[in-house]
Amino acid sequence: MIAFGQFLEVLIGGLMSGVLYSLVALGFVLIFKASGVFNYAQGAMVLLAGLALVRALDLLVANGFPLWVAVVLGIGFAAVIMAATAWLIERFVVGPLVNQDALTLFMSTIGVTFVIEGVAEMIFGSDVYPLQLFPTDAWFLFEGLFPGGILVNKLDVWGALIAGILVAGLALFFQRTKTGRALRAVADDHLAAHSVGIPISWIWFVVWLAAGLVALVAATVWGTKLGVQFSITFLALKALPVLIIGGLTSIPGAIVGGLIVGAGEKIAEVYLGPSIGGGIEYWFAYVLALAVLLVRPQGLFGERIIERI
Amino acid sequence: MLYRETGQFKTTYAEDIAIFPIRQDRIALAVLLGIAFIGVPLLATFRIWPFGSDYLLWAILLPFLILALAAIGTNILVGYCGQISLGSGAFMAIGAYSAYKLATGVHIPFAALGFAISIPPLPVLASILLGGLMSAAAGILFGIPSLRIKGLYLAVATLAAQFFFDWAFLRLPWFTNYAPSGSVNAPELVFFGLVVRTPVERYLLCLVFVTLLAMLAKNLVRGNLGRQWMAIRDMDIAAELIGIRPLYAKLTAFAVSSFIIGVAGALWAFVYLGSWEPLAFSIDRSLELLFMVIIGGLGSIMGSFIGAAFILIAPIMLNVLPTELGLPLSTQTITHLQFIIFGSLICYLLIKEPHGFARLISIGKEKLRLWPFPY
Repeated sequence: MIAFGQFLEVLIGGLMSGVLYSLVALGFVLIFKASGVFNYAQGAMVLLAGLALVRALDLLVANGFPLWVAVVLGIGFAAVIMAATAWLIERFVVGPLVNQDALTLFMSTIGVTFVIEGVAEMIFGSDVYPLQLFPTDAWFLFEGLFPGGILVNKLDVWGALIAGILVAGLALFFQRTKTGRALRAVADDHLAAHSVGIPISWIWFVVWLAAGLVALVAATVWGTKLGVQFSITFLALKALPVLIIGGLTSIPGAIVGGLIVGAGEKIAEVYLGPSIGGGIEYWFAYVLALAVLLVRPQGLFGERIIERI
Repeated sequence: MLYRETGQFKTTYAEDIAIFPIRQDRIALAVLLGIAFIGVPLLATFRIWPFGSDYLLWAILLPFLILALAAIGTNILVGYCGQISLGSGAFMAIGAYSAYKLATGVHIPFAALGFAISIPPLPVLASILLGGLMSAAAGILFGIPSLRIKGLYLAVATLAAQFFFDWAFLRLPWFTNYAPSGSVNAPELVFFGLVVRTPVERYLLCLVFVTLLAMLAKNLVRGNLGRQWMAIRDMDIAAELIGIRPLYAKLTAFAVSSFIIGVAGALWAFVYLGSWEPLAFSIDRSLELLFMVIIGGLGSIMGSFIGAAFILIAPIMLNVLPTELGLPLSTQTITHLQFIIFGSLICYLLIKEPHGFARLISIGKEKLRLWPFPY
């Protein structure tokens, strides 16, 4: 029974951290769906959003604002920053590069990553800033069933809740609103959408803005977990296998992929790790993604847009 | 006036398929090689400007040569065969660590079977080349997914190689000969009884490797194999229809590219770093190589050199410039500014000339042939 309890604890912990990967992966999917750009800068955007939020919060609280006002204003400020970033990227990088091949666009987003990281750290500072928006203590569940119970982190539950709301919100936005429909039209076929009068550059701005706001949400959760710091940008790389497993074009896929990666790597670390030296978490997700690529290249939920050879 | 091939008649087939058909190109290359092989070492030995200190040789020319070699390898895969790879850093690492293991002696105990495989320490040259071959083998292995997937999906597959080998060299103590710090030291560089020690000797050693491998690469891409790669890159289905086997073409591209990258990795570790840890071959190195190839020009050996020079020198310039201009900036601000300017520069170059510096050069040559007339 102890073994099973431990397994459940590892599984739940893994699933919860998987939700956090999903939050980053969502931003990727939004942009890839609408513009075919593989956005390496998503991690940097999370960093920028987090830094903007935490620095604004610190400043407002230090000037005597009550906490809830500070939180609202801080989130508003970070959202404005993300909007400005989205506009700048669309106007100066992605717009001029329209119709270039995917590799060029991908490399340009790496350039964008450098710029965002530099600007964010220059303006907001480059230390580790703690962020306390959510409770970080733990619950112990089923104490009657298993000795010691199962440890569940409250923050992870919050993260899962937020991810759920976010996905529901995005689904509603894509299905029910006029802009959402236009987004899907652009995703299907740029030229056709353009010729029926959908303003492409506006749509792309909206997409980058949406990705920026998703990054802001991810920043609140990750910032509470790790503190807002430079290493957050490496999350972008963790989101790639999540995308491959879930499918590059599927929003539910991002969530399911995140869950699989999170649970898989935690279980592998705990049960396989000791026998081969530990640190499996580092590459497990990628090898899993490689396996999925070989069997089902479009991912679990993706559309079959991939060209088979 | 200067760059015009009027009057250079090709009278034999050998002249027609020459590697540099235009005389001016041959002269330019000979001058360049002369400077690189004779001029630079002479200047450096007698410490004449700009080689007053070892800085230029040690901090710029040596890494430039090795990274240009790695960029050539990356360019063969990405530029000539069209297979995006984010795992170049891992292949450099494989070259470096295999060469290290071979140079210090390999011992694989099969405790369960009751015997062990032991290879005595090999000479440095042999271990560098064998390191390249090991890297080629790994390249073939991780190239297999390319038979089913392509584009950015393949990039993620190669990323798997990157992270797996990062981890392996960090966590499996066998690779580092159980060094407690995880950092390993290169063996003494002995080539046919000659010991390579000073920066000039190291520079010449790398120059020989780079010249030979660049010639090999240039000739490969002009020949049958290179044309197969390019056909696969341009349109894989059409290439298959005219009788090119994708399996053979793609895997040879992976093998040749990984071999060159592996040799570059071994040189980077042995000749440039001297002692290193897995961090020297992280994902950043892969991205850096990809940048060199794209900025320099996809599908151009010359472009690899220019790209390597640009990516290497731009950050150094950005670092030195504020101090030279006397701007009162803190080191931290300079680092951030360096990030910003470098990132913007890359975006700017990608927007202005998506085909890289190699394209600019070929446009320049075209203009030069017509000069002083505009048409």
